[in-house]
Formats: sequence, C-alpha cells, structure tokens
Amino acid sequence: MNKLVLIVGGSTLVYFCLAMLMGVIPGYELSKTPPGPGVEPLTGLQAEGRDVYVAEGCSYCHTQQVRPLNQDKIFGRPSAAGDFAYQTPELLGSERTGPDLTTIGTRQPSEVWQYIHLYNPRAVVPQSIMPSFAWMFDVVDELPKGETAVPLPAAYAPAKGTVVPSQQAKALVAYLMSLKQAPLPPGQGGAMAAAATPAATPAAAAVAPSTGGFDAAKGNAAVNDDDPTLHIHTVLYGAHDVIIGGVTYGSPMPPFASQLSDEDIVNIIDHERSSWGNHGKPVTAAQVAAERAKGN
Amino acid sequence: MQDGISLHHAASDDPDDRALASIFTAYTVSATFWLLFATAVGVLLAFKFGAPDFASGAWLTFGRLRPIHTNATFYGWASLGLVGVSYYVVVRSSGTQLYSKTLAWWGLALFNIAAVAGTIALDLGYNAGDLEYREWPWPIRIIFLAALVVTGWNLIATVAQRSTEEIYLSNWYILGGVLWTCIIAIVAILPWYQYGLGQVAVSGYYMHNAVGLWFTPLALGIFYYALPKLLNRPIYSYALGVFAFWTNLVFYPIIGSHHFLFSPLPWWLQTTAIVFSVAMLVPVWGGSANYLLTMRGRVRDMIHSYALLFIFVAVVNYLLSSTQGTLEAFRSLQEIWHLTNFTVGHSHWTMYGFITFAVWGGVYAMLPLATGKSAGRLGLALHFWMAVVGGTIYVLSLSIGGTVQGLDWVHGLPFIQSVVDMQPYWVWRGVGGTLMFLSHIVFGWNVWRMTYGRQGNAASPVLGPATEELA
Repeated sequence: MNKLVLIVGGSTLVYFCLAMLMGVIPGYELSKTPPGPGVEPLTGLQAEGRDVYVAEGCSYCHTQQVRPLNQDKIFGRPSAAGDFAYQTPELLGSERTGPDLTTIGTRQPSEVWQYIHLYNPRAVVPQSIMPSFAWMFDVVDELPKGETAVPLPAAYAPAKGTVVPSQQAKALVAYLMSLKQAPLPPGQGGAMAAAATPAATPAAAAVAPSTGGFDAAKGNAAVNDDDPTLHIHTVLYGAHDVIIGGVTYGSPMPPFASQLSDEDIVNIIDHERSSWGNHGKPVTAAQVAAERAKGN
Repeated sequence: MQDGISLHHAASDDPDDRALASIFTAYTVSATFWLLFATAVGVLLAFKFGAPDFASGAWLTFGRLRPIHTNATFYGWASLGLVGVSYYVVVRSSGTQLYSKTLAWWGLALFNIAAVAGTIALDLGYNAGDLEYREWPWPIRIIFLAALVVTGWNLIATVAQRSTEEIYLSNWYILGGVLWTCIIAIVAILPWYQYGLGQVAVSGYYMHNAVGLWFTPLALGIFYYALPKLLNRPIYSYALGVFAFWTNLVFYPIIGSHHFLFSPLPWWLQTTAIVFSVAMLVPVWGGSANYLLTMRGRVRDMIHSYALLFIFVAVVNYLLSSTQGTLEAFRSLQEIWHLTNFTVGHSHWTMYGFITFAVWGGVYAMLPLATGKSAGRLGLALHFWMAVVGGTIYVLSLSIGGTVQGLDWVHGLPFIQSVVDMQPYWVWRGVGGTLMFLSHIVFGWNVWRMTYGRQGNAASPVLGPATEELA
C-alpha cells in the first residue's frame, strides 16, 4: 500500500505543483494584463459578431497574432500584451491557412466586400478555399426598407431574389470591421511596423495576385490617362459608386492616404498602369505629394 | 515482479475473466466506432481543401467539423482505446481481479455520453471558445472528468488489491496518467485565471499536457506490458523505465508555451518552454532505447506477430516524432514552420504514428488473449500496410507543403500564393487520409473477428515457447 501511495500520490503531487507553476499562476498573473492605450471593449453588435466568429471556428484558419517577424509585417505591428485585454475566449489561433485578421478592419474596410466574401469567398478571390457562409444571408423577393442588397456577381447570385445579410452576418461583419490595431506609443515597437516595405504593404498584397477581382482597374480610363490626377486622387481618397465600362461599382474603394507613403502609392499606381493590358504613363512621387497637398 | 507479466490463461471460463473480456471488448468496440467516425469527418475535411463548396451547410462547415474531428479522436477513440487496454493490463499485471465491474461500465457510459454530447454541441455551434482540444462546453467536460475519476478510482483500487509485492511499471504510467489528467481537466475548466492573455497561457499549458500526460503515459505503460508479454522476455531495464517515468513527469508540463512562440506571452515563459522541449529528449530517448533494446535480436519475430509490428512502429514513431517536436520548438525553425500545415503533419505523426499504433498494438496483443479469438492474417496485413503507407503519405505531404507555405510567407509573396502552392500537398494529404480511413474499416473488421467472430481460431499473438502452451 505504501508503494501505491508513493507512486500515485507522489507523482500526482509533483504534477499538481507543476500545473500550478506552468498553468494556473501564469494564467492568473497574465489575466491581470491591463488594456493597452487605445484598446477598447467591443460594442454590443461587435461582441455578438465575435460570438459568431467563435461558434463557426474561424480561428482554426485565421490567427489573430502578429509576430515580430518580417513576414508578419503585412498584418500590422507586432501584437502587444495589452491588445488582448478584452479577448476572452482568446483567438490567437495555431494555424494560418487564411490570412491573419488582427487588422482586417483596416486592411479591408469595405463592408460590402466582406458581405460578398462571406456569401461566397470565390466571388472576390477565385483561388480562395474559405467556406461559403451563405446560410447567414436571406434571399428575399423584395428588398425590405432600410436594408442593403449584397451586390453579388451574377455567377454567384441565386437565380432569383435579392440577397440580404441576416443579423448574424451583420454582427460578424461589424466585428471584422472592429479589428484594428491601436497605435503603440513611440518606443514600444512601433518602429518595426513602420519599416514595412512597399511589397509588404496591405494594398500591394491585395493588388498583386492576378486580374481576378480587379476588373475595375482593367481598361479603366483613369488608369490609362496621361494625366494621372484622377488616378492618384482615387488611390489617396477612395471612390464609390463609380461607373466603369457600363458597370456601376457600388462597393466603396477605401482611401489609402493615411496608410501608404508617396513611394508606396507610386508603386501601386505604376503596377496598375502596366498590368492587365493597361498602358498608362508612370507617375512620380512628386505628383503624388502634390495631389496629397491639395487634399480631398 | 515477473509474476505480473507471466502468461495468463486465455479466454478461461472463470466469470471474472469473462467479465474483464467483455469490458475490454466494449471499450475497444466503442473506441473503434469513434475512430471510424472521427476519421470519416477527417476525410471530409481534407476533401474541403480542394472543394470548399462541397457540403457547405452550417452543420457541415469546416470550422465546426474541425474540432469535432480532433475531439472525437482524442476523447472518443484514443481515450477509450487506451483505457480499455489499460484495464486488461492493470488487472493481469497485478495478478488480481478487477475491483469493480460496475465502475468500469459507468466509466464507459460517461466517456461515451461526453463524446456524443460534445460532438452534438460543437455541430450546433456551442463551444467554449476555439481552444484547442477543450472546445466542448464546460458541463460536457465535467462529464469527461467524471469518467476519468471513475476510471482512476477503479484502477487504483485494483492495484491496491494486487497479489504481487511490486507495482509493475506499466501501472505507474497508467495510474499516473489518469490522475494527472484529472488535474489537467480541472485546470482547464476553472475560469478565474483565464482572461485574455492569461487564457493564452492556460491554452499553451493545456494543449500539450492533454497529449503528453494522458495519451503518452498510457501508451508507454501498455508497451511495458505488451513487449515482455509478446516476446516472452523481461524489459531491458526496469530502472530506465522508472527514470523515464519521473523525467517525463517533470519535463513535460513545462513545454506547453512552445505553441505560442513569438506571441505576446512573456519571453521567459517561451524560452523556458524551449529549454524543456530539449530536455524532453531524455525521457523520449531513454524510453525508446528501453523498448528497442527489449526487442533486440527479435526483428524476425515481427514476421509472425502483427501486434509486435504495430508496437515497433509506434515506438519508432514515438522516438522520431517527439524528437521532431523538440526541433520544432527552436525559434529559428518556428519562424518558418509555426502556423503552417507542418504543425498538422507533426500532430498526426504523434497522435497517429505513435498513439494510434500503440492502441492497435495493445488491442492486437491482448484482445485475443482475453476473448480467445484472433483476427486473420490478411486483415492484419491490410490494416497494417494501409495505415503505414497512408500515414506516411499524410505526414510527408504536410511536412513538405508546410515548409513551402512558410517559405512563401518569408519571401513576402501575396498571401493567396501560399494557398495555391499548398493545393497539390492537400491532394496528397487526402490520398494518405483516405488510405488511413480504409485501414480503419479493416481494423473494425478485425475487432469483430476478435470479439463476436467465430470461436476456435485463436492463434495467439504471443511468440516464443509460450505459444505452444497457449495453443
């Protein structure tokens, strides 16, 4: 009997101490981490959306942690302890089959894009393997007052009826929109994020892959015009309800003036002017600076 | 102590023996069902990587099925399988009868209730957060904890009434594993230290302890009984087994935070985890050496015993996959592999190559002794080779693919390129996974042969002089 007590009791006591040391005590201490400057709790609808995010297991493919590594710079500055103060259950994730979503509210701020993407990701990113969340949308015969239809491309839209987001989808998108990083005070690692190269900026990552989803930039008059003013203005300050080639683009294009330097914008504009059969003249940083100086 | 592992009469008419055989059978059959279910879900998930719009309703969406696959594998298949074999090992190596049949049946019911309820809850979108391996809502995890307590109570009481002076090494590992896991389950459920970053620390602790202090010790304990039994020779070094027991206990709980390298968890916690990940080489290499030296010179016997072959593969995979785990914990390699599919390859190498093969080895070694019926050689061969080839394809494809994925990120390619580049590797993963699933169907057939099948085909898995005695 004594042997049994020694082996079973002794090893369990050792394990109990180690569990306290490596699980409970770090958990207890870190649970007290105060929120970082500018880190706010979620509002009602955003919190509801976070529950949807958790229930559907989004974090099995999307991390919410930016590591202090070069390859993570496209997702924002490195995550800081204070970023997670209001995040229970935690959603750091262990796999990145899809991109990190720490700053998706900044990187892809168009609600309409998010709705189309949730309804069927392949409608906007043909190579995507994300599941469709079509069950979070309703198909109605007549658009209810105050609702906005999801402008799906014909190939992905239902045969008849109009697609509107359900409460679940609205909450989820409100949550995704809320995913932004509060800037760190100077001296707390902000410099690392600032060093991002043009190729690693969010807009470049979004533009680079192929023409898929970029029909609006293909053969666009503003892109091919020798006078780049409108083109530069659009990238700096965004656009909405633009008619290109007879198609009205209802989903807004986000402004990039506050996120991108003049050099980044030159790179993106030149890329657009030389891709998909476009032959616009390259622009200079001075032209961008001049347009920026004029303001919106 | 050799009394504990001496040959025992197979399939006797003694009512206690028959009760033990039916408990062992019920746990194994139950586990087999969970294996088939969990891996069918796994195959569907693998298919979705190539055809994301296939079976795309809410109940079959990836994010709900993924935790159903992992939890059913962990708490349905591996837990029930290991506990079933453990009951047989503990009773036989203690030279006594089971303390309580009722408790064993209660344990079986509770494990199954938890797994069924957990599966349904996850499919309806109720979870405790996307917290790896503890997604089940907390009331369901309390049912699982109750199953553990019942099992621990029964096993301890059985060892307490042993007829031998010593407590055989297997029972150290098995009893330890069950009791430590009770603590793990409690730590995971209590909420007071699990807010924000605090919960991240607990997740790191939990996800590795649930693997390394539950499945690992039970599997190792089963090896310590099955190998001497199959080979009819003692363990190479009893002392080395004891040494590995204590070092595994002390080092394993400290390494969990290596799942969160480069996260905002305190740097000292991450570094400590890396240091002890290296220290884990001590129990891993010590334990593996002990098993391999016990098998020394008997390689040819594997031709005659698939049970031995399954355990040999499990031991080799324990050695290799655990060593891989140590290497993966280095920051330089984590920079490339962390968050990629390489990790998924690693977790399947360990949970499949090591743990699942250990359960199969244990079942093939001992279920025929309990029931007096054995599986046919064709079934054993089909199961073994499809599982080995399938598992190898699975792990290789995700390890290579995960490396490509990580390098794509390092090279600053657009993110979607890493998804495109993974496609061929996901196809190969699906091929491997399908072979694995097919082998599980054969395993189901073999379990049927060993339990409800025809009497009188009892070719004993035990090798050496003992074979004649048993026949």
